[in-house]
Amino acid sequence: MSFSWAKHYEPKSDLTKWLDERLPLPRLVYGAIGGGYPVPRNLNYFWNFGVLAGIALVIQIVTGIIMAMHYAPNALVAFDSTEHIMRDVNWGWMLRYAHANGASFFFIVVYIHIFRGLYFSSYKAPREMIWLLGLVIFLLMMATAFMGYVLPWGQMSFWGAKVITGLFGAIPLVGEPIQTWLLGGFAPDNAALNRFFSLHYLLPFVIAGVVILHIWALHIPGSSNPTGVEVKSESDTVPFHPYYTAKDGFGLGVFLILFCSVLFFAPNALGHPDNYIPANPLSTPAHIVPEWYFWPFYAILRAFTFDFFIVPAKLLGVLAMFASILLLFFLPWLDRSPVRSGNYRPLFRTFFIILVLDVLLLGYLGGAPAEEPYVMLSQLASAYYFAHFLIILPIISKIEKPKPLPFSITEAVLGKDSSGSVGGPALQPAE
Amino acid sequence: MAEQVTMNQDGTAAVESDGVRRRDFINIAAVSFAGVGGASVLIPLITQMAPSKDVLAQASTEVDVSAVQPGQAIKTVWRKQPMFIRNLTPEEISAADKVDVASLRDPQSLADRTLPGKTNWLVTLGVCTHLGCVPLGAAAGEVKGEFGGYFCPCHGSHYDTAARIRKGPAPKNLEVPEYEFLSDTVIKIG
Repeated sequence: MSFSWAKHYEPKSDLTKWLDERLPLPRLVYGAIGGGYPVPRNLNYFWNFGVLAGIALVIQIVTGIIMAMHYAPNALVAFDSTEHIMRDVNWGWMLRYAHANGASFFFIVVYIHIFRGLYFSSYKAPREMIWLLGLVIFLLMMATAFMGYVLPWGQMSFWGAKVITGLFGAIPLVGEPIQTWLLGGFAPDNAALNRFFSLHYLLPFVIAGVVILHIWALHIPGSSNPTGVEVKSESDTVPFHPYYTAKDGFGLGVFLILFCSVLFFAPNALGHPDNYIPANPLSTPAHIVPEWYFWPFYAILRAFTFDFFIVPAKLLGVLAMFASILLLFFLPWLDRSPVRSGNYRPLFRTFFIILVLDVLLLGYLGGAPAEEPYVMLSQLASAYYFAHFLIILPIISKIEKPKPLPFSITEAVLGKDSSGSVGGPALQPAE
Repeated sequence: MAEQVTMNQDGTAAVESDGVRRRDFINIAAVSFAGVGGASVLIPLITQMAPSKDVLAQASTEVDVSAVQPGQAIKTVWRKQPMFIRNLTPEEISAADKVDVASLRDPQSLADRTLPGKTNWLVTLGVCTHLGCVPLGAAAGEVKGEFGGYFCPCHGSHYDTAARIRKGPAPKNLEVPEYEFLSDTVIKIG
C-alpha cells in the first residue's frame, strides 16, 4: 500500500507508544489521511469533493440521529411530529432544515465528484474498484434519500412512496406481489412508514462502511491527478497532511458558506410546498415530481410512452431508468482509451461537455410536467445519454489522437526545465 | 461398493469406497443441514414484511350508491386504495361501445368490465396502472382527459368512459375489482 517513500508513523509519547503496540489506530489514521499518505502535488479543487461528500454524510448522520429522538414513525402522528420538530423542539427547525438541505448538498457534491471521475477517467485501471464502490454508495444514497423523504408523511412523501414502489409493479408476473411485500399492504400506510424509518436509520451506516472500502481501495494505487500520469517519484507527491488537509479545509469553508446561505435564507427553495400538506391517499398532487436530485432519472423513466415489441412502455421506462445507472458499472470497460485525463483528449472533452449539458437538460425535463414538448425532449436526451456511453465513448477511444502527455507530474507542474529534479529532494511540509 | 480397509501411518483405519470418504459424507451432511436450517430462518424474516392480518382483514367494503345520478361518480376507499364508482350516461355508454375493441391496448368491451344488466355502473380502482397515482375525472369539475373518462396528471395517461387506457404510458385499463350488488343500491366490493 502506498509508495515506498511514504513516511511512517512514529509515536512520540509513552502513551502513544503503548497504544501503538496494542491497537495501532493512530498509525492507521496517519497512513490514511495524515502525513503518511503521499498524494500527487497537482490536485485541483475538483479533488475536494470526496472529502466534502464525507463531511455531508457526517452532517446527515448527526442531524438525523438527533431528529430520530423527536420523530414518531407512525402514520397517525408522523406529520404532526415533524411539525413538532419544526415548531416546538429547541433548534428543531435548524436541525430539520440542515438535514433536508444537507441531503441536497450531499447530492450536489457527489454529482460533482462523479463528473470529476468521468472527466479525468478516474474509473480506469487500476482504479476500477474505487469507481464500482462509489456507484454502490450512490445507489445506497438514492435508496436512503427516497425513504427519508417519505418520513414526514406529507403529500409528496406519500405519492413518492406510491410511485417509486409502483416501479417494482412493472416487473412481469412477480411485480405486484413484490410491491405489496415492500409496502406491507396494498398502498403506503403505517407498515411502509415504519420499515422505511428503520431502513433510513440503517443505510447511512452501511454507506459509511462502503465509504471505508472506497477509501481503502483508493489507497492501494493512490489518488489520481489532473494529468492522468501516474506518480513516478517522490517529487511528484506531497503528504496529505498538511497540504491537502489545508486545501480541503478551504474547500470546506466555501461549502459551508453556500450550505448555510441556503439553510438560513432559502431553506425551502429546494423542496415542494405540497409536502407541507398531510398525506391524503385519495388525492394526488397536480404536479408530482421527486426531489431535484432524481430528476434526470425521472426524465428517463417518463421518456418511454410507447410499447416496443411485446415490452410495455411502463416496464421499458423502469428498465431504462435502472440501466442508466447500471451502465456506469461497465464504464471502465467501455472507454478503452489509454489516456486518462480529458485535458489531453480534445474529442472526448467536447463530448464530455455535451454529456454534462444533456444530463442538466434531463434534470430540467424531469422536473417539468408530463406534456409536450418535454416528453419528446426527454426521449431525445435519454437516447443521447445512452448513446454517449454505448456508442460515442468506444468510438472516440478508437479514432481520437490525444495530445502529448507530460513525462511526469513534476514536469507538468514546473515545466520541462525542472524535469531534472525528478528523483530529487522531496518537498517538505512548511514548519 | 468395494470397500477397502487400509492402515494409515499412525495406525488408524481409513475406509475408502470409490474415493468417497466417510468424512466427506459427514462434511456434506453437516453443511447441508446447517444450510437448510439457515435458509428456513429466512422465511419468517422475509414474510414479516408481507401485509399483516389486520391489513388483510379490511378486505371488503359496502357502498350505498343510491345518491349517484347518471353522469356522476363517487370516490370511496377499499383496502386503503381509492375506488371510483361511476353511473354512466347513455351517451357515455354508446361512446364506449362504439370503440373497436381489437384496436385497444388492453382489449376489453364495456360489457366485460361491468355486471350484466348493470352496464351503467362502472366500478374501478382509482389507481392509475402506470405508477399508482389517482386519476382525475371522478369528482365534479375535474379534467376527464381526451376520451371523457379519467386523466392521470402524473404522467399523462388518458382513460375513456369505460376506464380503458387509450393514450399515455399506462399499460392496462383501470382495474375492475371483484364486486356484487347486494341490492339495487348497495355494492359490496371485495
